[in-house]
Amino acid sequence: MKTALHEVHTGLGASFTDFAGWSMPVRYSSELAEHRAVREAAGLFDLSHMGEIEVTGPQAGDALDYAFVGRLSAVRPGRARYTMMCNAEGGVLDDLVVYRLADEHYLVVANAGNAAVVSAELTARAGGFDAEVTDRSAETSLIAVQGPAAVDIVGKLTDADLSSLKYYASTPAVVGGQDVLLARTGYTGEDGFELYVPGERAAAVWRVLTEAGEPHGLLPAGLACRDTLRLEAGMPLYGNELSTELTPFHAGLGRVVKFDKPGDFVGRAALDTRRDPDRVLVGLKGSGRRAPRHGYRLLADGEDVGEITSGALSPTLGYPIAMAYVLPAHAEPGTALSADVRGREEPVEVVPLPFYRRS
Amino acid sequence: MRIPENLSYTKEHEWVRLDGDVATVGVTAFAAESLGDVVFVQLPEVGDAVTAGESCGEIESTKSVSELFSPVSGEVTEINQSVVDGPEAVNADPYDQGWLFRVRTADLPELLDAAAYAALTQED
Repeated sequence: MKTALHEVHTGLGASFTDFAGWSMPVRYSSELAEHRAVREAAGLFDLSHMGEIEVTGPQAGDALDYAFVGRLSAVRPGRARYTMMCNAEGGVLDDLVVYRLADEHYLVVANAGNAAVVSAELTARAGGFDAEVTDRSAETSLIAVQGPAAVDIVGKLTDADLSSLKYYASTPAVVGGQDVLLARTGYTGEDGFELYVPGERAAAVWRVLTEAGEPHGLLPAGLACRDTLRLEAGMPLYGNELSTELTPFHAGLGRVVKFDKPGDFVGRAALDTRRDPDRVLVGLKGSGRRAPRHGYRLLADGEDVGEITSGALSPTLGYPIAMAYVLPAHAEPGTALSADVRGREEPVEVVPLPFYRRS
Repeated sequence: MRIPENLSYTKEHEWVRLDGDVATVGVTAFAAESLGDVVFVQLPEVGDAVTAGESCGEIESTKSVSELFSPVSGEVTEINQSVVDGPEAVNADPYDQGWLFRVRTADLPELLDAAAYAALTQED
Protein backbone atom coordinates (compact mmCIF):
# COMPACT_ATOMS: atom_id res chain seq x y z
CA MET A 1 0.00 0.00 0.00
CA LYS A 2 1.08 3.57 -0.65
CA THR A 3 0.26 6.68 1.35
CA ALA A 4 -1.17 9.83 -0.22
CA LEU A 5 2.34 11.30 0.01
CA HIS A 6 4.15 8.54 -1.86
CA GLU A 7 4.89 10.66 -4.93
CA VAL A 8 6.15 13.48 -2.72
CA HIS A 9 8.62 11.05 -1.13
CA THR A 10 9.72 9.73 -4.50
CA GLY A 11 10.37 13.29 -5.63
CA LEU A 12 12.52 13.82 -2.52
CA GLY A 13 14.64 10.79 -3.41
CA ALA A 14 13.48 8.66 -0.48
CA SER A 15 14.52 5.04 0.00
CA PHE A 16 11.49 2.91 0.80
CA THR A 17 10.92 -0.04 3.07
CA ASP A 18 7.96 -2.31 3.63
CA PHE A 19 6.32 -1.65 6.99
CA ALA A 20 3.20 -3.69 7.79
CA GLY A 21 2.32 -3.85 4.11
CA TRP A 22 2.98 -0.15 3.50
CA SER A 23 5.71 1.26 1.31
CA MET A 24 7.19 3.86 3.65
CA PRO A 25 10.21 6.18 3.46
CA VAL A 26 13.03 4.64 5.49
CA ARG A 27 15.33 7.64 4.86
CA TYR A 28 15.62 10.54 2.45
CA SER A 29 19.37 11.12 2.65
CA SER A 30 21.09 10.13 5.87
CA GLU A 31 19.17 8.76 8.86
CA LEU A 32 21.82 10.20 11.19
CA ALA A 33 21.30 13.68 9.73
CA GLU A 34 17.53 13.22 10.01
CA HIS A 35 17.89 12.04 13.62
CA ARG A 36 20.04 15.08 14.44
CA ALA A 37 17.57 17.42 12.73
CA VAL A 38 14.77 16.19 15.01
CA ARG A 39 16.91 16.60 18.14
CA GLU A 40 18.27 20.04 17.19
CA ALA A 41 15.77 21.59 14.74
CA ALA A 42 12.83 19.64 13.30
CA GLY A 43 11.90 16.62 11.20
CA LEU A 44 8.85 16.03 9.02
CA PHE A 45 7.35 12.53 9.03
CA ASP A 46 4.66 10.81 6.98
CA LEU A 47 2.88 8.48 9.41
CA SER A 48 -0.17 7.86 7.24
CA HIS A 49 0.27 4.11 7.60
CA MET A 50 -1.10 4.34 11.13
CA GLY A 51 -4.74 3.48 11.77
CA GLU A 52 -7.35 6.09 12.72
CA ILE A 53 -10.62 4.83 14.14
CA GLU A 54 -13.46 7.08 15.27
CA VAL A 55 -15.72 6.11 18.14
CA THR A 56 -18.84 8.24 18.51
CA GLY A 57 -22.12 8.22 20.39
CA PRO A 58 -23.58 8.70 23.86
CA GLN A 59 -21.69 5.68 25.26
CA ALA A 60 -18.46 6.13 23.30
CA GLY A 61 -16.48 6.65 26.52
CA ASP A 62 -18.03 3.62 28.22
CA ALA A 63 -17.31 1.47 25.17
CA LEU A 64 -13.64 2.53 25.23
CA ASP A 65 -13.43 1.92 28.99
CA TYR A 66 -14.55 -1.65 28.29
CA ALA A 67 -12.36 -2.13 25.20
CA PHE A 68 -9.11 -0.67 26.60
CA VAL A 69 -7.24 -0.93 29.91
CA GLY A 70 -7.39 2.83 30.54
CA ARG A 71 -10.22 5.07 31.69
CA LEU A 72 -10.95 7.01 28.53
CA SER A 73 -14.33 8.30 29.80
CA ALA A 74 -12.35 10.45 32.28
CA VAL A 75 -10.28 12.14 29.57
CA ARG A 76 -11.47 15.69 29.03
CA PRO A 77 -12.46 16.83 25.54
CA GLY A 78 -9.37 18.24 23.83
CA ARG A 79 -6.99 15.94 25.68
CA ALA A 80 -5.37 12.64 24.70
CA ARG A 81 -4.22 9.54 26.55
CA TYR A 82 -1.74 6.72 25.91
CA THR A 83 -3.42 3.36 26.52
CA MET A 84 -3.44 -0.31 25.51
CA MET A 85 -5.85 -2.87 24.13
CA CYS A 86 -5.43 -6.31 25.69
CA ASN A 87 -6.90 -9.70 24.92
CA ALA A 88 -8.82 -11.74 27.49
CA GLU A 89 -5.53 -13.26 28.71
CA GLY A 90 -4.06 -9.81 29.35
CA GLY A 91 -1.71 -9.94 26.36
CA VAL A 92 -1.18 -6.64 24.56
CA LEU A 93 -2.98 -6.39 21.19
CA ASP A 94 -1.77 -2.84 20.61
CA ASP A 95 -0.60 0.31 22.33
CA LEU A 96 -2.49 3.38 21.22
CA VAL A 97 -3.15 7.06 21.62
CA VAL A 98 -6.78 8.05 22.13
CA TYR A 99 -7.86 11.64 21.53
CA ARG A 100 -11.12 12.84 22.99
CA LEU A 101 -12.32 15.38 20.42
CA ALA A 102 -15.72 16.10 22.00
CA ASP A 103 -18.01 14.62 24.66
CA GLU A 104 -19.24 11.90 22.31
CA HIS A 105 -16.37 11.77 19.84
CA TYR A 106 -13.04 9.95 20.21
CA LEU A 107 -10.22 9.25 17.76
CA VAL A 108 -8.24 6.05 18.36
CA VAL A 109 -4.81 5.87 16.69
CA ALA A 110 -3.44 2.37 16.25
CA ASN A 111 -0.12 1.01 14.99
CA ALA A 112 -0.14 0.19 11.28
CA GLY A 113 0.43 -3.51 11.82
CA ASN A 114 -2.43 -3.76 14.34
CA ALA A 115 -4.93 -1.34 12.80
CA ALA A 116 -7.16 -4.07 11.34
CA VAL A 117 -7.19 -6.04 14.60
CA VAL A 118 -7.93 -2.94 16.67
CA SER A 119 -10.71 -1.87 14.32
CA ALA A 120 -12.35 -5.31 14.36
CA GLU A 121 -11.94 -5.75 18.12
CA LEU A 122 -13.27 -2.26 18.85
CA THR A 123 -16.31 -2.92 16.70
CA ALA A 124 -16.96 -6.20 18.52
CA ARG A 125 -16.32 -4.79 21.99
CA ALA A 126 -18.52 -1.73 21.39
CA GLY A 127 -21.41 -4.00 20.36
CA GLY A 128 -23.20 -3.76 23.69
CA PHE A 129 -22.94 0.02 23.88
CA ASP A 130 -24.70 2.94 22.23
CA ALA A 131 -21.58 3.81 20.26
CA GLU A 132 -20.46 3.62 16.66
CA VAL A 133 -17.01 2.56 15.45
CA THR A 134 -15.83 3.90 12.07
CA ASP A 135 -12.45 3.04 10.57
CA ARG A 136 -11.09 6.23 8.95
CA SER A 137 -7.62 4.81 8.21
CA ALA A 138 -8.02 4.68 4.44
CA GLU A 139 -8.96 8.34 4.01
CA THR A 140 -6.82 9.85 6.77
CA SER A 141 -3.21 11.02 6.46
CA LEU A 142 -0.97 11.75 9.43
CA ILE A 143 1.96 14.15 9.20
CA ALA A 144 4.23 14.79 12.18
CA VAL A 145 6.55 17.73 12.69
CA GLN A 146 8.85 16.97 15.60
CA GLY A 147 11.72 18.80 17.22
CA PRO A 148 12.53 21.96 19.20
CA ALA A 149 11.73 24.17 16.19
CA ALA A 150 8.32 22.54 15.60
CA VAL A 151 6.45 25.12 17.67
CA ASP A 152 7.94 28.02 15.68
CA ILE A 153 7.29 26.30 12.35
CA VAL A 154 3.65 25.47 13.08
CA GLY A 155 3.21 28.82 14.83
CA LYS A 156 4.01 30.66 11.60
CA LEU A 157 1.21 28.80 9.82
CA THR A 158 -1.69 29.00 12.23
CA ASP A 159 -3.67 31.40 14.40
CA ALA A 160 -4.23 28.64 16.94
CA ASP A 161 -2.78 29.46 20.36
CA LEU A 162 0.01 26.90 20.62
CA SER A 163 1.05 28.04 24.10
CA SER A 164 -2.29 26.78 25.42
CA LEU A 165 -2.09 23.54 23.41
CA LYS A 166 -0.44 21.33 26.02
CA TYR A 167 1.43 18.06 25.52
CA TYR A 168 -1.15 15.32 24.84
CA ALA A 169 -3.82 17.81 23.74
CA SER A 170 -5.45 18.43 20.38
CA THR A 171 -7.56 21.06 18.66
CA PRO A 172 -9.12 21.61 15.26
CA ALA A 173 -6.99 24.26 13.54
CA VAL A 174 -6.25 25.88 10.22
CA VAL A 175 -2.59 25.30 9.34
CA GLY A 176 -1.30 26.95 6.18
CA GLY A 177 -4.88 27.39 4.98
CA GLN A 178 -5.76 23.74 5.53
CA ASP A 179 -8.22 22.38 8.10
CA VAL A 180 -6.46 19.82 10.27
CA LEU A 181 -6.70 18.14 13.63
CA LEU A 182 -3.62 19.55 15.35
CA ALA A 183 -2.27 17.41 18.19
CA ARG A 184 0.72 17.97 20.44
CA THR A 185 1.82 14.36 20.49
CA GLY A 186 4.71 12.36 19.10
CA TYR A 187 7.06 9.42 19.32
CA THR A 188 10.49 11.04 19.27
CA GLY A 189 11.11 12.39 22.76
CA GLU A 190 10.90 15.95 21.44
CA ASP A 191 8.22 18.60 21.47
CA GLY A 192 6.16 18.51 18.31
CA PHE A 193 2.86 18.12 16.56
CA GLU A 194 0.90 15.50 14.71
CA LEU A 195 -1.51 16.74 12.03
CA TYR A 196 -4.43 14.57 10.96
CA VAL A 197 -5.76 15.54 7.56
CA PRO A 198 -7.84 13.97 4.75
CA GLY A 199 -5.55 12.22 2.25
CA GLU A 200 -6.39 14.55 -0.63
CA ARG A 201 -4.96 17.52 1.31
CA ALA A 202 -1.89 15.75 2.71
CA ALA A 203 0.46 16.99 -0.04
CA ALA A 204 -0.62 20.60 0.54
CA VAL A 205 0.01 20.33 4.29
CA TRP A 206 3.39 18.64 3.67
CA ARG A 207 4.33 21.48 1.31
CA VAL A 208 3.47 24.36 3.65
CA LEU A 209 5.30 22.68 6.54
CA THR A 210 8.35 22.09 4.32
CA GLU A 211 8.41 25.73 3.24
CA ALA A 212 7.86 27.11 6.74
CA GLY A 213 10.44 24.69 8.17
CA GLU A 214 13.21 25.29 5.69
CA PRO A 215 14.72 28.36 7.43
CA HIS A 216 14.62 26.40 10.72
CA GLY A 217 16.59 23.44 9.39
CA LEU A 218 13.62 21.06 9.07
CA LEU A 219 14.37 17.86 7.13
CA PRO A 220 12.01 15.19 5.85
CA ALA A 221 12.62 12.21 8.14
CA GLY A 222 12.09 8.49 7.58
CA LEU A 223 11.28 5.45 9.67
CA ALA A 224 14.96 4.64 10.32
CA CYS A 225 15.49 7.74 12.44
CA ARG A 226 12.02 7.42 13.95
CA ASP A 227 13.17 4.10 15.43
CA THR A 228 16.43 5.45 16.91
CA LEU A 229 14.59 8.53 18.23
CA ARG A 230 11.93 6.50 20.03
CA LEU A 231 14.57 4.09 21.36
CA GLU A 232 16.59 6.95 22.89
CA ALA A 233 13.34 8.22 24.42
CA GLY A 234 12.70 4.77 25.93
CA MET A 235 9.39 4.34 24.13
CA PRO A 236 8.20 0.80 23.39
CA LEU A 237 7.64 -0.39 19.83
CA TYR A 238 4.89 -2.93 19.28
CA GLY A 239 6.46 -6.13 17.96
CA ASN A 240 9.69 -5.44 19.85
CA GLU A 241 8.81 -4.47 23.43
CA LEU A 242 5.09 -5.30 23.26
CA SER A 243 3.25 -8.38 22.01
CA THR A 244 0.34 -10.67 22.83
CA GLU A 245 2.82 -12.77 24.87
CA LEU A 246 3.39 -9.83 27.20
CA THR A 247 1.21 -7.79 29.55
CA PRO A 248 1.52 -4.05 30.25
CA PHE A 249 3.21 -5.08 33.54
CA HIS A 250 6.08 -6.76 31.70
CA ALA A 251 6.77 -3.51 29.87
CA GLY A 252 6.77 -1.50 33.11
CA LEU A 253 3.54 0.16 32.01
CA GLY A 254 1.21 -1.29 34.61
CA ARG A 255 0.15 2.27 35.47
CA VAL A 256 -1.96 2.38 32.29
CA VAL A 257 -4.16 -0.45 33.63
CA LYS A 258 -6.99 1.16 35.61
CA PHE A 259 -8.39 -1.58 37.84
CA ASP A 260 -10.32 1.04 39.80
CA LYS A 261 -12.46 2.26 36.91
CA PRO A 262 -16.16 1.38 37.08
CA GLY A 263 -17.26 -1.63 35.10
CA ASP A 264 -15.40 -4.55 33.61
CA PHE A 265 -12.87 -4.37 30.79
CA VAL A 266 -11.42 -6.97 28.48
CA GLY A 267 -8.42 -8.62 30.13
CA ARG A 268 -9.23 -7.39 33.63
CA ALA A 269 -9.47 -10.73 35.42
CA ALA A 270 -6.33 -12.10 33.77
CA LEU A 271 -4.32 -8.93 34.34
CA ASP A 272 -5.27 -8.95 38.02
CA THR A 273 -3.45 -12.28 38.41
CA ARG A 274 -0.46 -11.22 36.27
CA ARG A 275 0.75 -8.14 38.14
CA ASP A 276 4.12 -9.71 39.02
CA PRO A 277 5.84 -10.35 35.70
CA ASP A 278 8.39 -13.13 35.25
CA ARG A 279 10.63 -10.79 33.23
CA VAL A 280 10.84 -7.03 33.05
CA LEU A 281 11.85 -4.41 30.52
CA VAL A 282 15.13 -2.64 31.23
CA GLY A 283 17.44 -0.19 29.54
CA LEU A 284 21.01 -1.23 28.74
CA LYS A 285 24.07 0.86 28.04
CA GLY A 286 27.02 -0.59 26.17
CA SER A 287 30.52 0.58 25.40
CA GLY A 288 32.39 0.85 22.14
CA ARG A 289 30.34 1.08 18.97
CA ARG A 290 28.92 -2.41 18.60
CA ALA A 291 25.22 -2.42 19.44
CA PRO A 292 23.29 -5.41 20.78
CA ARG A 293 20.26 -5.90 18.55
CA HIS A 294 16.76 -7.34 18.54
CA GLY A 295 16.80 -11.04 19.43
CA TYR A 296 20.31 -11.23 20.91
CA ARG A 297 20.68 -13.09 24.22
CA LEU A 298 21.68 -11.52 27.53
CA LEU A 299 23.99 -13.36 29.89
CA ALA A 300 24.94 -13.10 33.56
CA ASP A 301 27.97 -15.25 34.47
CA GLY A 302 27.32 -17.33 31.37
CA GLU A 303 23.67 -17.97 32.27
CA ASP A 304 20.95 -16.86 29.86
CA VAL A 305 18.94 -14.19 31.71
CA GLY A 306 17.13 -12.36 28.94
CA GLU A 307 16.76 -11.09 25.41
CA ILE A 308 17.38 -7.79 23.63
CA THR A 309 14.21 -6.30 22.12
CA SER A 310 15.68 -3.18 20.43
CA GLY A 311 19.21 -1.84 20.15
CA ALA A 312 21.28 0.66 18.23
CA LEU A 313 24.32 2.84 18.47
CA SER A 314 22.65 5.95 19.90
CA PRO A 315 23.19 8.82 17.44
CA THR A 316 22.70 11.40 20.19
CA LEU A 317 24.70 9.74 22.97
CA GLY A 318 27.40 8.04 20.90
CA TYR A 319 27.30 4.70 22.71
CA PRO A 320 25.20 1.56 22.20
CA ILE A 321 21.80 1.52 23.88
CA ALA A 322 19.23 -1.25 24.04
CA MET A 323 16.05 -2.38 25.67
CA ALA A 324 15.72 -5.95 26.88
CA TYR A 325 13.52 -8.31 28.87
CA VAL A 326 15.45 -9.78 31.79
CA LEU A 327 14.69 -11.90 34.83
CA PRO A 328 13.66 -9.56 37.68
CA ALA A 329 16.76 -10.55 39.70
CA HIS A 330 18.96 -8.87 37.05
CA ALA A 331 16.88 -5.75 36.46
CA GLU A 332 18.39 -3.37 39.03
CA PRO A 333 20.13 -0.31 37.50
CA GLY A 334 23.89 -0.78 37.80
CA THR A 335 23.73 -4.55 37.18
CA ALA A 336 26.53 -5.71 34.88
CA LEU A 337 25.46 -8.17 32.18
CA SER A 338 26.81 -9.18 28.83
CA ALA A 339 25.13 -9.35 25.47
CA ASP A 340 25.92 -12.13 23.03
CA VAL A 341 26.70 -10.03 19.96
CA ARG A 342 27.08 -12.60 17.22
CA GLY A 343 29.20 -14.90 19.37
CA ARG A 344 31.15 -12.20 21.17
CA GLU A 345 30.26 -11.16 24.69
CA GLU A 346 29.94 -7.40 24.96
CA PRO A 347 29.57 -5.88 28.46
CA VAL A 348 26.37 -3.92 29.12
CA GLU A 349 25.00 -2.20 32.20
CA VAL A 350 21.38 -1.92 33.27
CA VAL A 351 20.40 1.76 33.30
CA PRO A 352 17.13 3.60 33.98
CA LEU A 353 14.88 4.53 31.03
CA PRO A 354 14.70 6.80 29.11
CA PHE A 355 18.23 7.12 27.76
CA TYR A 356 17.51 10.63 26.52
CA ARG A 357 15.28 13.37 27.95
CA ARG A 358 14.90 16.70 26.24
CA SER A 359 16.26 19.61 28.22
CA MET B 1 24.40 5.17 -8.53
CA ARG B 2 28.06 5.46 -9.52
CA ILE B 3 29.83 2.30 -10.76
CA PRO B 4 33.36 3.22 -11.89
CA GLU B 5 34.47 1.50 -15.12
CA ASN B 6 37.99 0.76 -13.92
CA LEU B 7 37.03 -1.46 -10.96
CA SER B 8 35.95 -5.09 -10.66
CA TYR B 9 32.94 -6.16 -8.62
CA THR B 10 31.42 -9.06 -6.70
CA LYS B 11 27.85 -10.21 -6.22
CA GLU B 12 28.25 -9.23 -2.55
CA HIS B 13 28.42 -5.58 -3.69
CA GLU B 14 32.12 -5.11 -3.13
CA TRP B 15 34.64 -3.54 -5.49
CA VAL B 16 38.22 -4.60 -6.16
CA ARG B 17 41.07 -2.61 -7.66
CA LEU B 18 44.22 -4.50 -8.62
CA ASP B 19 47.62 -2.75 -8.46
CA GLY B 20 50.26 -5.38 -9.31
CA ASP B 21 49.53 -8.25 -6.93
CA VAL B 22 47.75 -6.08 -4.33
CA ALA B 23 43.96 -5.90 -4.39
CA THR B 24 42.22 -2.95 -2.70
CA VAL B 25 38.72 -3.79 -1.47
CA GLY B 26 35.69 -1.66 -0.60
CA VAL B 27 31.90 -1.75 -0.80
CA THR B 28 29.99 -0.20 -3.69
CA ALA B 29 27.86 2.92 -3.60
CA PHE B 30 24.86 0.63 -4.08
CA ALA B 31 25.82 -1.30 -0.92
CA ALA B 32 26.47 1.89 1.04
CA GLU B 33 23.10 3.27 0.00
CA SER B 34 21.28 0.05 0.93
CA LEU B 35 23.00 -0.18 4.31
CA GLY B 36 22.18 3.36 5.36
CA ASP B 37 24.58 5.29 7.55
CA VAL B 38 27.51 3.05 8.45
CA VAL B 39 28.40 3.42 12.13
CA PHE B 40 30.83 0.55 12.75
CA VAL B 41 33.33 -1.32 10.62
CA GLN B 42 35.22 -4.39 11.77
CA LEU B 43 38.10 -5.21 9.42
CA PRO B 44 40.52 -8.14 9.33
CA GLU B 45 43.97 -7.50 10.80
CA VAL B 46 47.15 -6.92 8.88
CA GLY B 47 48.78 -10.33 8.37
CA ASP B 48 45.48 -12.24 8.43
CA ALA B 49 45.00 -14.84 5.73
CA VAL B 50 41.66 -14.28 3.98
CA THR B 51 39.85 -16.58 1.56
CA ALA B 52 37.76 -15.51 -1.41
CA GLY B 53 34.05 -15.71 -0.62
CA GLU B 54 34.55 -16.08 3.14
CA SER B 55 33.56 -13.63 5.85
CA CYS B 56 36.42 -11.48 7.15
CA GLY B 57 34.63 -8.66 8.97
CA GLU B 58 31.41 -6.77 9.55
CA ILE B 59 29.75 -3.55 8.55
CA GLU B 60 27.04 -2.15 10.83
CA SER B 61 24.65 0.61 9.99
CA THR B 62 22.09 2.10 12.32
CA LYS B 63 19.59 -0.51 11.22
CA SER B 64 21.52 -3.58 10.12
CA VAL B 65 24.60 -5.75 10.33
CA SER B 66 26.25 -7.14 7.21
CA GLU B 67 29.14 -9.51 6.83
CA LEU B 68 32.14 -8.38 4.90
CA PHE B 69 33.35 -11.00 2.44
CA SER B 70 36.83 -11.08 1.04
CA PRO B 71 36.59 -11.08 -2.75
CA VAL B 72 40.12 -12.54 -3.06
CA SER B 73 42.42 -14.98 -1.28
CA GLY B 74 45.73 -13.89 0.20
CA GLU B 75 47.32 -11.97 3.04
CA VAL B 76 46.02 -8.67 4.37
CA THR B 77 48.75 -6.05 3.92
CA GLU B 78 46.96 -2.90 5.01
CA ILE B 79 43.67 -1.75 6.51
CA ASN B 80 42.06 1.67 6.29
CA GLN B 81 42.27 2.85 9.89
CA SER B 82 40.57 6.14 9.02
CA VAL B 83 37.41 4.21 8.07
CA VAL B 84 37.51 2.37 11.42
CA ASP B 85 37.75 5.73 13.18
CA GLY B 86 35.23 7.43 10.89
CA PRO B 87 32.88 4.86 9.32
CA GLU B 88 30.87 7.62 7.61
CA ALA B 89 33.57 7.60 4.88
CA VAL B 90 31.92 4.42 3.54
CA ASN B 91 28.79 6.42 2.69
CA ALA B 92 30.52 9.65 1.73
CA ASP B 93 33.17 8.23 -0.60
CA PRO B 94 32.86 4.45 -1.02
CA TYR B 95 35.30 4.14 -3.95
CA ASP B 96 38.14 6.28 -2.60
CA GLN B 97 38.38 7.48 1.02
CA GLY B 98 36.07 4.64 2.05
CA TRP B 99 38.31 1.75 0.91
CA LEU B 100 38.48 -1.01 3.53
CA PHE B 101 41.53 -3.30 3.23
CA ARG B 102 44.30 -4.49 0.89
CA VAL B 103 45.24 -8.09 0.15
CA ARG B 104 48.35 -9.48 -1.54
CA THR B 105 46.93 -12.13 -3.80
CA ALA B 106 48.43 -14.71 -6.13
CA ASP B 107 45.44 -15.35 -8.34
CA LEU B 108 42.39 -13.22 -8.86
CA PRO B 109 39.08 -15.09 -8.98
CA GLU B 110 36.60 -14.28 -11.67
CA LEU B 111 34.96 -10.93 -10.89
CA LEU B 112 32.25 -8.84 -12.56
CA ASP B 113 33.04 -5.87 -14.74
CA ALA B 114 31.18 -2.60 -14.30
CA ALA B 115 28.53 -3.45 -16.90
CA ALA B 116 27.80 -6.87 -15.38
CA TYR B 117 27.63 -5.35 -11.90
CA ALA B 118 25.33 -2.57 -13.10
CA ALA B 119 23.02 -5.26 -14.52
CA LEU B 120 23.09 -7.07 -11.15
CA THR B 121 22.02 -3.95 -9.25
CA GLN B 122 19.11 -3.47 -11.64
CA GLU B 123 17.78 -6.92 -10.64
CA ASP B 124 17.87 -6.18 -6.89
